[in-house]
Amino acid sequence: MRIEATNAIVRFGEQNALAGVDCAIGPGEMVALIGPNGAGKTTLMRVLAGLQPLQAGETRYDGRGARDLGRGELARRVAFLAQGGEAHWPLRVDHLVGLGRLPHRRAFSGPSAADHAAIEAALAAADVAHLRARTLRALSGGERARVLLARALAVEAEMLLADEPVAALDPLHQLGAMALLRSVARNGAGVVAVLHDLTLAVRFCDRLIVLAGGRVIADGPPSVLTDAVVAAAYGVDALRGEHRGEPFIVPWAATLTPTPLP
Amino acid sequence: MSAALIRAERAYWPLAAALGGLTLAATFASLAIGYVHLDVFAALNDVAHGRASLPALVLVELRLPRAALGCAVGFSLGLTGAAMQGLLRNPLADPGVVGVSGGAALGAVVVFYSGLAGAFSLALPLGGAAGAVVAALALYALVGRVAGTMTLILAGVTINTFAGALTALALNLSPNPYAAFEIMFWLMGSLVDRSLPQLWLALPLMLAGWALLMSSAPALDALTLGEDTATSLGFDLKRLRLTLVAGSALAVGGAVAVTGAIGFVGLVVPHLLRPLVGHRPGRLLLVSGFGGAIALLAADIAVRLLPIHPELKLGVVTALIGAPFLFGLIDRLRREA
Repeated sequence: MRIEATNAIVRFGEQNALAGVDCAIGPGEMVALIGPNGAGKTTLMRVLAGLQPLQAGETRYDGRGARDLGRGELARRVAFLAQGGEAHWPLRVDHLVGLGRLPHRRAFSGPSAADHAAIEAALAAADVAHLRARTLRALSGGERARVLLARALAVEAEMLLADEPVAALDPLHQLGAMALLRSVARNGAGVVAVLHDLTLAVRFCDRLIVLAGGRVIADGPPSVLTDAVVAAAYGVDALRGEHRGEPFIVPWAATLTPTPLP
Repeated sequence: MSAALIRAERAYWPLAAALGGLTLAATFASLAIGYVHLDVFAALNDVAHGRASLPALVLVELRLPRAALGCAVGFSLGLTGAAMQGLLRNPLADPGVVGVSGGAALGAVVVFYSGLAGAFSLALPLGGAAGAVVAALALYALVGRVAGTMTLILAGVTINTFAGALTALALNLSPNPYAAFEIMFWLMGSLVDRSLPQLWLALPLMLAGWALLMSSAPALDALTLGEDTATSLGFDLKRLRLTLVAGSALAVGGAVAVTGAIGFVGLVVPHLLRPLVGHRPGRLLLVSGFGGAIALLAADIAVRLLPIHPELKLGVVTALIGAPFLFGLIDRLRREA
């Protein structure tokens, strides 16, 4: 599936959360959506997921509008992982992951073999299979985040929109989650992940979309993340280097002179 | 395939079946137990053969309406409690606590008072349902989407106080002290001296309410993950809210209009059953309906067996048991928070 947002404008009161954003994500792409706090990343994710009403512009899925596609089909084809996800009841881990199969349910029938297979695959992929019989409240923040990621994976959608999927994870599980998202993309689904770790973004993603002040200030392969872009987006100088042929980029200090947005 | 998951899926239906069986047993016990000895089978035999014997009369005129209403009203209260707790994602939501029952009682009192009750027979249940709709909408306007415990309780206090004041106003202005007395006793909630025609009037409303509430099960499950995620799973939350408000109003409004306000069943029953269904809000609905029916029938049998006269009103008994329960629950939630 290809999601295309055109001239998306979202205002909260006087504030422009998105000031005319154009972006398109296709199948098999692994995209990092990065930018400072308040840049509009979450709003753009909600726009792409069809959750956020637009003041202007439109979102199209393979050229069709969300209404034309219908709630059910949109839910089966686009999975959304909310930031800092929550669960209001202490469900068991496998039941919670099973909620990702709701878009595939049929009236008056229990979970199908495909549902069970998808739940198992998602539990294993997110490395939470051993927690399956625990309740969510008995887990740490990072374990909970992985369970919620497994829930999103269980949808087996053509497009996975993950808002800060690695924020709560320890370093090993951050690397594991990024590798997992990349393998989801290699298997043909489009993946968009909101990230704050620039190294994870440039190492694991095919493409970066840099958002600042509700606008896209850079969009392209990891090489678009130049010092100028980092300074303009975050107001920091970055330390760069390479290890075993892969780039890393570490925010080091605030820039001395604020750089205007390009 | 996950063996544990399949085991949990399988454990649900025996639980539902067991509670359904218990509901039938409690209904039968409610037919058999009373102030006069009644051989239910002999009475049923008389009814089947059209003999207007004394046992047949006791069964059809007294016991059957009481047992059937206990079953249906209890089911309504338990189911509505579970559904409201799922929608508001708060274990304290209950038609009585949040004011929906109070609104329904007010609606029914207005119908009594205005004389509409005599004008056409459906007026009473419809009045109850209308009062419940108004209260449910007011609740929704006050608490918004996700209700914090405090907001929910305060909104319930507000609605209950206002509905109570208007009910008191109706009593205050009542031209006939005997009618006021009548309304007051009715408000305490009871299954005594109801008739089969009253059941036939309220039952369709309750059945429609049950269907609406039960149809929301998958959406309530999805709502566990919050509104955005539930929407992304394909559920229309605006429609869900409307369905649940309408379903609650029909189920509780119909029930309250016949029996008066009976509180706390919808609070206590889902809370006790929730761990047995793995805290899944969708799975909680049917079992809470059965649980509510069992609880109400048991309480109604208990008031008949207690050596206290005049007989205790059912609403009084459920409040005497339920209020300390609510107290304990608030205390626990406060310590967990």
